[in-house]
Amino acid sequence: MSKTVNQKGWFFVMPVVLLVAFNAIIPLMTVVNFSVQETFGDNVFTWVGVRWFEEVLHSERFHAALLRQIAFTAIILVIQIPLGLAIALCMPRRGPWVSVCLVLMALPLLIPWNVVGAMWNILALPDIGLLGHSLNALGIEYNYTRQPISAWATVVLMDVWHWTSLVVLLCYAGLVSIPDAYYQAAKVDGARGWAVFRYIQLPKLKHVLTIAILLRFMDSFMIYTEAVVLTGGGPGTATTFLSIDLVKVALGQFDLGPAAAMSIIYFLIVLVLSWLFYTLMMRNEEK
Amino acid sequence: MARIALDSLRHSYLPNPQQDADWAVQKLSLEWSDGGAYALLGPSGCGKTTLLNLISGLLKPTEGRILFDDRDVTLATPEQRNIAQVFQFPVIYDTMTVYNNLAFPLRNRGVAEVEVDRRVREIAAMLDLDQMLEKRASGLTADGKQKISLGRGLVRSDVNVIMFDEPLTVIDPHLKWVLRSKLKELHRHTRRTMIYVTHDQTEALTFADQVVVMNQGTVVQIGTPVDLFERPRHTFVGHFIGSPGMNVLPCEVRGGQAMVAGAPIETANAKACRGDGARLELGVRPEFVSFALEGLPVRIGKVLDAGRFRIVETRYADQVIKLLLPEGLPVPEGEVRLRFDAAHTRVYRDGWMVGA
Repeated sequence: MSKTVNQKGWFFVMPVVLLVAFNAIIPLMTVVNFSVQETFGDNVFTWVGVRWFEEVLHSERFHAALLRQIAFTAIILVIQIPLGLAIALCMPRRGPWVSVCLVLMALPLLIPWNVVGAMWNILALPDIGLLGHSLNALGIEYNYTRQPISAWATVVLMDVWHWTSLVVLLCYAGLVSIPDAYYQAAKVDGARGWAVFRYIQLPKLKHVLTIAILLRFMDSFMIYTEAVVLTGGGPGTATTFLSIDLVKVALGQFDLGPAAAMSIIYFLIVLVLSWLFYTLMMRNEEK
Repeated sequence: MARIALDSLRHSYLPNPQQDADWAVQKLSLEWSDGGAYALLGPSGCGKTTLLNLISGLLKPTEGRILFDDRDVTLATPEQRNIAQVFQFPVIYDTMTVYNNLAFPLRNRGVAEVEVDRRVREIAAMLDLDQMLEKRASGLTADGKQKISLGRGLVRSDVNVIMFDEPLTVIDPHLKWVLRSKLKELHRHTRRTMIYVTHDQTEALTFADQVVVMNQGTVVQIGTPVDLFERPRHTFVGHFIGSPGMNVLPCEVRGGQAMVAGAPIETANAKACRGDGARLELGVRPEFVSFALEGLPVRIGKVLDAGRFRIVETRYADQVIKLLLPEGLPVPEGEVRLRFDAAHTRVYRDGWMVGA
């Protein structure tokens, strides 16, 4: 058996390889470089092997941040996915209200992230903010700069406000693309509301929901800007999520080695969990 | 089981219909007797599917009434009307097995599980689905999926009418034939009213006892396949049914005698025709035209071989007249004359058969 080897193929692949190398592999490698060495500046490096990784993995501070991060992402997914789906189901399918709804839904997505943080920061101020002041006037003790529970509620509320629209738009697109014949068949077959949702809409939305969950998982797991502007990770470390902690280590303490190791661990967690989500949700596809 | 009556039914998709063209279904009164096998035949966009959806209750008519056995169901839902409908493209419930798909319409109506099982297995056997009952429906081929759709339409034994909206479009030709025969057999067996929408004349003529031909939102003719072929009431029916379609030639009628470009032609109905400025045409199917020693002098044009016969195009003045020449007969040369079978040659006035 002789097999033709066509070396010319490399020429066609090279541009892509270069592009990926410059925007992904090379930057990532510098992080790898930092993560296995100790440096005190002056471009002097000493080899430390996996010490930083061990340190990070055993540090309670990292565990706490990771736990907060997982809790936050779990809350976000549990709220945003069902809420987004519910709103999409309620939106009109035709008529003049469609564009009104779509524009309203898209608005939060068009606002820069730091502006979102600033908006909610002001809105939730306990003394002069509309939300904060109203809550306190109602007798609910609310101060997101002092109470961890208030801080968490505010961050979650802000993220729900900012990102549920994305889930809504994805689900709406999925719902609109279901052919009328399915609904007609359901009527003829005598299926009612719940059965229509369970056996037609939900199965048809499966791919869209998978994408929505993946996007919301990745984005909320990497939340930084809005939370930093709103709470700065406080009160104390109550809302110091992984990325906020990472920036504190890298730029606050200038511990480049541990920060690099943490980045790689962080990256691997997102990668593995995303893969896991995707595989679990798609596992029935082949059967 | 029910007799279905449509009483001056009209439907428009526009909120405020003004002219004729705004109506998808023009004023229509029609009766479908209980247990009949009907085909609704017409070109795409003629309103067949609209009419079907009006009968099934997926659409509410703009005007008019629909009666099932004298019970007014105009505003009833498909469920209340108790009908079954099969759509053009396969509709299956992806997450269910084939078995559960077929059982779905029964279970939604609270049929006892023993009965469900009996019905599902019976229908599955009929459609050759019994080997894959436990498979997930989404894994089947397009053919298989459409069989499931058909099965869901046929599985209930108590429906008033089963409607098929071009159900065999996605099925490959051989299986099409098999499934159509099965439907026909099932109809003979159960005597349930069936309405079969199609734009394929072969499908309509082989399936139905009565064919309803529609064009531009109106019913043009209702009749048996033989009626449609031998006595088309409208030139549209003549054109649409038959291959090739009916010859339609502009003509005049003088004193009960039809004339095509000055030549007199014997017809079945010219005596009943009054001219008074209407558009008059002469219609004769290629099957009823033959070469003769005397008659209309024509020139031979193209000759197409269609297997058992040849289609000969002849020209008289600037008119094209087609005729069928049985296999084995030679195409004559030189000066040729045509004879029209008078019993099957008719005059049409503004498209409609005179004296019908």
